[in-house]
Amino acid sequence: MAVIVSKEKCVGCGICETACPFGAITLQEGKAVIGETCTQCGACVEVCPVAAITREEVVTEVTMDKSQYKNIWVFIETAEGKMKNVSLELLGEGRKLADQLGQKLAGVLLGKEVAALSKDIFAAGADEVYLVEADELEHYSTDGYTTVFSDLIQAHKPSVVLVGATNNGRDLGPRIASRIGTGLTADCTDLGIDEETGMVAWTRPAFGGNIMATILCPEHRPQMGTIRPSVFKKPILDYNRCGEIIKVKSTVKWEDIRTKLIDFVKVCTTACNLEEAEIIVSGGRGLGKPENFKLIENLAEVLGASVGASRAAVDAGWKPHVSQVGQTGKTVGPKIYIACGISGAVQHLVGMSSSDVIIAINKDKDAPIFQVADYGIVGDILEVLPMITEEFKKRKAC
Amino acid sequence: MEIVVCIKQVPDTTEVKIDPVTNTLIRQGVPSIVNPFDKNALEAALQLKDKYGAKVTVISMGPPQAKAALKDCLSMGADTAILVSDRAFGGADTLATSNVLAASIKKIGKVDVIFCGKQAIDGDTAQVGPETAEHLGIAQVTYVANMDIKDDLVTVERECEDGYEVIEVKLPVLVSVIKSAAFEPRFPTVKGKMKANRTEIAVWSAADVNADEKKIGLVGSPTKVSKIFTPPRRVQGIIIEEPTVKESIAALLDKLAEAKIIL
Repeated sequence: MAVIVSKEKCVGCGICETACPFGAITLQEGKAVIGETCTQCGACVEVCPVAAITREEVVTEVTMDKSQYKNIWVFIETAEGKMKNVSLELLGEGRKLADQLGQKLAGVLLGKEVAALSKDIFAAGADEVYLVEADELEHYSTDGYTTVFSDLIQAHKPSVVLVGATNNGRDLGPRIASRIGTGLTADCTDLGIDEETGMVAWTRPAFGGNIMATILCPEHRPQMGTIRPSVFKKPILDYNRCGEIIKVKSTVKWEDIRTKLIDFVKVCTTACNLEEAEIIVSGGRGLGKPENFKLIENLAEVLGASVGASRAAVDAGWKPHVSQVGQTGKTVGPKIYIACGISGAVQHLVGMSSSDVIIAINKDKDAPIFQVADYGIVGDILEVLPMITEEFKKRKAC
Repeated sequence: MEIVVCIKQVPDTTEVKIDPVTNTLIRQGVPSIVNPFDKNALEAALQLKDKYGAKVTVISMGPPQAKAALKDCLSMGADTAILVSDRAFGGADTLATSNVLAASIKKIGKVDVIFCGKQAIDGDTAQVGPETAEHLGIAQVTYVANMDIKDDLVTVERECEDGYEVIEVKLPVLVSVIKSAAFEPRFPTVKGKMKANRTEIAVWSAADVNADEKKIGLVGSPTKVSKIFTPPRRVQGIIIEEPTVKESIAALLDKLAEAKIIL
């Protein structure tokens, strides 16, 4: 594709210049000129009032027989012998894509003594499990998992590969995409099927969540994407379902794995696993001192929630960086996000504004957090927290 | 020790505003900055230089104006800077970008450590680093919060969801770093700024780095943007401010129960 401005038609109004998300358009001598940061997204084509901008399809060389590639694969990520929530969510969503396309859904399960998880994968909707068991795969390693997964792709040719956008998923996905030479869309928040082409339409936020982009991978297979945890609901598990286990021999040897895992230090319990949390209670500078985080933890315990923190609280040393929500921390999308004593700087908002329901507690009623909150209480956080914790406890007991 | 730091000039996305009428991005007046995580990466490189002696090269693929970002890196203490810039790179996705960076790093020659920021704040993909490492056939460690080197053995702390892993890896390696206390970027000194002004920034074209024309720019990009849109804005909800905190809480919990949230 190429975006072309007709010099005759362009009236130099500059609307496209402001509409371009990539700052690629400048006005030169009263005409719009497309610069090299253009990604051919077409935002300018849509806004041009005089239809001076067109996007032309450029025929790319087709070197790949796409018809050989079939079925939807989900990378099954495990931790301590269990499947991560994000893999379940992707199996649920993958099932929908597979049904729409009339193809099979497979889980790709790598590890040591993990075969027992197959029944959960089938229960979540898969038709097949590709099972690779080896000592070398007990712990995640970039080299080990990339090699085994890429070899599986080359041998069995899936059309779509879904990977959870966890730290390991985002370490693995690009390495595989680069080895295979295909497209990978990062950190998606929505998936669909493009009606015209039958390809997966990957939707993801960019510019700190200020815009959304829908991406296609037209000429390369498999189509790959990493998908943010907790954007899709977990499917209802049906243990009457069964499927076929395809056992594959591992293609990786110890000497192929260049990184060596020496130690794992758990900084927090599941209570601070923000990516997988359904409810998050976050604290900010409004708490005044580190000891007051106990109030947040008490509320979180009653609600079965994880504990997050604003950058201000992390910079002050009250909480470790793993707990930080926001642009330089984690992006979260729980069902409920409770912001306590957080004013709501834009850097924080981009990290949590995709939450289903936002509840804010802050003493300043003009705080920007209230502009995104579904429910807000104006009040002193130190006074509100103990009372609301008690009240939740009471009502939950009934 | 030869160190390369890959950096990107990005619009400061925290300054990006949405036009409330047209619901589109207002880019005018948004400053261009060095991607914040890349500054953490440069800091990690400069710490190795301070400790063990190293030559630190910063490299960026981008338009001519990205020289400003490279200059900022020189002021912080990088030794040399290379801008890889060519019209042919336009419209590159992460794979095409990684092809250019890998070709450029090959041209630099023997490199011991390549640093990247965890991700760029405009695209947020975190893909270019690992894709580059794969093209170069070297090991990678991502989400690194701290590191040290002894001879040719690198020990890093790699952040994961609920803690961190301690990983050992031999050189050469690509390391992508997060914002962490250990990598808080230093401020440029006056001397550094003066040196940056004197340092010539090399500009390499597609031909200079022997880039395969089928693997760069739009042609070399497997992914295509089909649509850009502004997400629906959240509308302000219900703000409760009853005479007493107790009443406010009761009102909130009633509303949550009504909406079947939590209760």
